Amino acid sequence: MAMEVTQLLINAQSIDGTVRKHAEESLKQFQEQNLAGFLLSLAGELANDDKPVDSRKLAGLVLKNALDAKEQHRKYELVQRWLALDMSTKSQIRAFLLKTLSSPVPDVRSTASQVIAKVAGIELPQKQWPELIVSLLSNIHQLPAHVKQATLETLGYLCEEVSPDVVEQEHVNKILTAVVQGMNAAEGNNDVRLAATRALYMALGFAQANFNNDMERDYIMRVVCEATLSPEVKIRQAAFECLVSIASTYYEKLAHYIQDIFNITAKAVREDDESVALQAIEFWSSICDEEIDILEEYGGEFAGDSDVPCFYFTKQALPGLVPLLLETLLKQEEDQDLDEGAWNIAMAGGTCLGLVAKAVGDDIVPHVMPFIEEKISKPDWREREAATYAFGSILEGPSADRLMAIVNAALTFMLNALTNDPSNHVKDTTAWTLGRIFEFLHGSTIETPIITQANCQQIITVLIQTMKDAPNVAEKACGALYFLAQGYEDIGPNSPLTPYFQEIIQSLLSVAHREDATESRLRTAAYEALNEVVRCSTDETSTMVLQLVPVIMLELHNTLEGEKLSMDEREKQNELQGLLCGCLQVIIQKLGSEPTKYMFMQSADQMMGLFLRVFGCRSATAHEEAMLAIGALAYAAGPDFAKYMPEFYKYLEMGLQNFEEYQVCAVTVGVVGDICRALEDKVLPYCDGIMTQLLKDLSSNQLHRSVKPPIFSCFGDIALAIGEDFEKYLRYSMPMLQSAAELSAHSSGADDEMTEYTNSLRNGILEAYSGIFQGFKNSPKTQLLIPFAPHILQFLDSIYMEKDMDEVVMKTAIGVLGDLADTLGSHVGGLIQQSVSSKEFLNECLSSDDHTIKEAAEWAKHAITRAISV
Amino acid sequence: MAPHEIRRPFKRRPISDQQKRRELSLLRQSQHRSDAQQRARNLASSVISLQSSSSDVDPEILFEAVPELDEGTESESSSFDVRQASRLRGPEARKWFARQLMLPEWMIDVPDNLSRDWYVLARPAGKRCFVVSSDGTTVSRVRNGSILHHFPSALPGGARKKGASGPANSYSILDCIFHEFDQTYYVIDMVCWRGYSLYECTAEFRFFWLQSKLAETGACDPPSFYHKFRFSAVPFYNCDQTGLHSAYTGSLPYVKDGLLFYNKHAHYHTGNTPLVLIWKDESCSQYVIDTDNNGEVPNQQHIVLELQEEGKLVTSDDPPVPFSCLNADFVKQSGLLSGSLIRFAIGDGGLNCVDGRFEKADLQYIGVSNRARAFADSYSKIMFQYMARHSPLKVEDLASTISHENQQDKTPEVEMSD
Repeated sequence: MAMEVTQLLINAQSIDGTVRKHAEESLKQFQEQNLAGFLLSLAGELANDDKPVDSRKLAGLVLKNALDAKEQHRKYELVQRWLALDMSTKSQIRAFLLKTLSSPVPDVRSTASQVIAKVAGIELPQKQWPELIVSLLSNIHQLPAHVKQATLETLGYLCEEVSPDVVEQEHVNKILTAVVQGMNAAEGNNDVRLAATRALYMALGFAQANFNNDMERDYIMRVVCEATLSPEVKIRQAAFECLVSIASTYYEKLAHYIQDIFNITAKAVREDDESVALQAIEFWSSICDEEIDILEEYGGEFAGDSDVPCFYFTKQALPGLVPLLLETLLKQEEDQDLDEGAWNIAMAGGTCLGLVAKAVGDDIVPHVMPFIEEKISKPDWREREAATYAFGSILEGPSADRLMAIVNAALTFMLNALTNDPSNHVKDTTAWTLGRIFEFLHGSTIETPIITQANCQQIITVLIQTMKDAPNVAEKACGALYFLAQGYEDIGPNSPLTPYFQEIIQSLLSVAHREDATESRLRTAAYEALNEVVRCSTDETSTMVLQLVPVIMLELHNTLEGEKLSMDEREKQNELQGLLCGCLQVIIQKLGSEPTKYMFMQSADQMMGLFLRVFGCRSATAHEEAMLAIGALAYAAGPDFAKYMPEFYKYLEMGLQNFEEYQVCAVTVGVVGDICRALEDKVLPYCDGIMTQLLKDLSSNQLHRSVKPPIFSCFGDIALAIGEDFEKYLRYSMPMLQSAAELSAHSSGADDEMTEYTNSLRNGILEAYSGIFQGFKNSPKTQLLIPFAPHILQFLDSIYMEKDMDEVVMKTAIGVLGDLADTLGSHVGGLIQQSVSSKEFLNECLSSDDHTIKEAAEWAKHAITRAISV
Repeated sequence: MAPHEIRRPFKRRPISDQQKRRELSLLRQSQHRSDAQQRARNLASSVISLQSSSSDVDPEILFEAVPELDEGTESESSSFDVRQASRLRGPEARKWFARQLMLPEWMIDVPDNLSRDWYVLARPAGKRCFVVSSDGTTVSRVRNGSILHHFPSALPGGARKKGASGPANSYSILDCIFHEFDQTYYVIDMVCWRGYSLYECTAEFRFFWLQSKLAETGACDPPSFYHKFRFSAVPFYNCDQTGLHSAYTGSLPYVKDGLLFYNKHAHYHTGNTPLVLIWKDESCSQYVIDTDNNGEVPNQQHIVLELQEEGKLVTSDDPPVPFSCLNADFVKQSGLLSGSLIRFAIGDGGLNCVDGRFEKADLQYIGVSNRARAFADSYSKIMFQYMARHSPLKVEDLASTISHENQQDKTPEVEMSD
């Protein structure tokens, strides 16, 4: 068997497709027939130094894939399968893996490291393989160096796989000691030192206790800083990666080291290899991220009781940091704006400068202005571009008051540069900067407008002209127009854009039709700008938006007529379909209500026909966009939407079944709600199918969890639409709601993300209850709901006691209390009076500052009074 | 272990337009969900308050509620809870209740597809009112919100009587005209039935439901102890030649006051709507031309307009149709406030209108209108009254439109047989 596996593994990498396929099938068969034997022979293959490197590497890879999968459900299966193997097989496999760490072949050692970490990820939480860490640590003190290197690498991967709380602190200490010692300058072997540095990067999450201890922290920091000075570039890079990670994980511990770190990073940015310099800049970007977050929390709370205080590292570093970053801006690459994947020191420096501006606000301005003023008119395009980029980067952060005068003075200059500068690069950055000006300094919240009657015409003319420039420049002009339109979002009945509306729309359509529109995202940017212009338009221009309907529909129609297309062409076609559906969605929302509704709805049949054809194409994005558009159309059409249902229904079902592209599923769930509200009881014939799908979705382990709360809300939409006919779904939906309610009542507290999810789940459940109660109101079948009342009241009580619900949940919850009382009336009067919700919770809501909560509470109070008075 | 990717977004917006569309959709959906929820809740509370309003008035809430309504825009006032509305008094109450009824426009030209898309019925003469039955009692309120009768009825939940009326908490809302002469509520529309809202149903369905459900309850029976007034469904017809003829000339148990035309596809829309039309002439109504306070037809047509800022005069339509302006000095001198309703006479210069806008109107100032009025006149009313005095729309015009439509329908058949 062992011989055979070698050959199969080699054949599985054959250039000959038939051979390869045959080998793959044989491997699969082997795995299915005898899992233990299969895994064991793979491990044996990996450990055997007499075997070819290629078969050993693939053996390790297949083994790894048998232990882990990206998809949660599959991963769970694999874990269970491994745990079910007999102990002797597992012991043999573990032994093979550990043995492989001593192999002279580097690739094989590295593969074994990863497999060991995967096994540890499964076994350590189960308290299995307890001797693993001890035996790895014993390797550390062994020679030769390559074993030490492989062991450190394994420890690194292990820290990545395993959660810190399943490793004893004693072992954590030993792992960190081994790793940090390996990083030390005293370690003569560079491979060992590199492996140790990379391992520390992964192990930082384990070092919480050690970072709280001054001596241990000093030691770790000293070793990391020393490693940034290593003669080996890869070690320096890895050491800076550690610093970046420390910046966000241990921000509050850095005060003592920040001056030294500044010196190290400054030196690296100025002198070191770009790969190292990028990490050094990233350190400061991460510090800014932290401080921006902390200050935002301060700002929101007014009390300044954030867990972590702001140390204002960025502000203190300004005099040194800003010149450092400005220098990097002059190191642009010639064609960086044409290359989607480009990332270089100038880009990183500018990005960091933008973050610094956000973190320190007004204080950055005097540090940057001299640079801009000096370089903005220089003959060398690099200087002009760097000056413009610096200017654009600092527009978010400082106050409008601080920037207004500067921006007003610069505006004419920028418009001029956009027209006349010979450099594509300068124009790109100038157009981007204009966009930033409109994004942050134009709009209803700004006191003195940047765009006035005097300059509006010129700005628009220049932007439209720029849209004819090279694709990358034109794309930025579209972006600027996007924000220009957005600034007039709440302008009222008369928009300054009205006189230019037709011209803007025409120009954007021409841009979208340029032959080179697929370069630099230009076409996407053009449609996005078009959407924003339409979204922010006023009634004055509704006739022009109406005229756009047949134009966009024709374009969508044309994409559906495509002949035989290459893969690449098809992909572009699908992308275009998504854009056009998105555009129609925006138009529907604009025109779908009075006074344009009647005119608009004349096109509805045709439009719906096109959307249905889009479902015939295979593209998740296009499906999602078409679905969103249909939701908007259903809302506009109201009960008339019923005529589309027979044809549309199968696509609705398809959307609800789309687990993999969960965004499509989520959007479809939302559309079911739209349809319920549009059709009301006319949705009844489709409800069996829809409910079946929704229940399947809820039971699925494959579906992304974020879709589940909206599915519950959707139950409410359906119940509200079909009223007592929801009866037949009660026996399926109520138990699901009940178990989800139990889960969400107490699963709080883990972290912010979990609390947020728990609250969205609660909200979904509560919306379902509201819809069901209101749906059954005044029906003779109301009685059917009485048995659920005790549980629901208990659920309300328990989320009230948890004290971690947000305002949205609070409002929905108190509403449910009212709905329950309203629908069940005197049947539950006594029960309600016993609940905490009907007293403390209700009183708390009645005195809420949030008027929507207060309103819901008043309604609940009224309904309860009635229920208990009878 | 490979180095870690640190690329940050460069010259890019933090969220894509697609993400923005997604978020806006979610926002829209959750807004609509809570609107639907709110509507369902308000339906119930309307009943609670309508019958309990006389007994429990909290002066504090009364004080709070009025200013809230004042600053309310159209959308706010429509979601305004009936519970609070019942505590309103005077003009606020009138305005609120008037908004709950569907108000026909006056027919100033004949709509298309009359015979296919419209019903016609003879409007009984009498007081238009909202009848709500719930929790064992029935209350009728006239257009200005004041209570007409408070009585037991055989409507669902309309009397404190065990039996056929269904569950205790069911309720109904009917749109009626109370006909003094035979003390009967003639039901012209059904808004809610047994707690089931018909607001979002077409007229076709509402009329069908009205005809089939009303009789079931015994509401059409003669008055008795638990049923103080008789109800009767008004007969309606498809608006073809026969239907128009029946409504116009047919003999009915009540005195007619014009013809009502309902578009079959229209929902119950509160406020003025062009999908319900009223038309009158001398032979089907006693009151074709408006009378003054003494019940006499004045020599000149009187109209009431609302004064807005800068002296602008407008109708009650939404959006309002502007008339001429009052001279600013004049407004100041007479102490007129914006929002006042002002009565004018139309002089010999008459009215001139182009495309639904008044080009020229010879208005003669009379004075501030009667305080009981909540609204200015609508455009269609002014025009109908003006036409009635000069060149009325005749029943023959309606009939000829219908026969013309029928011919048009037949034309293609003729061509095909050629």
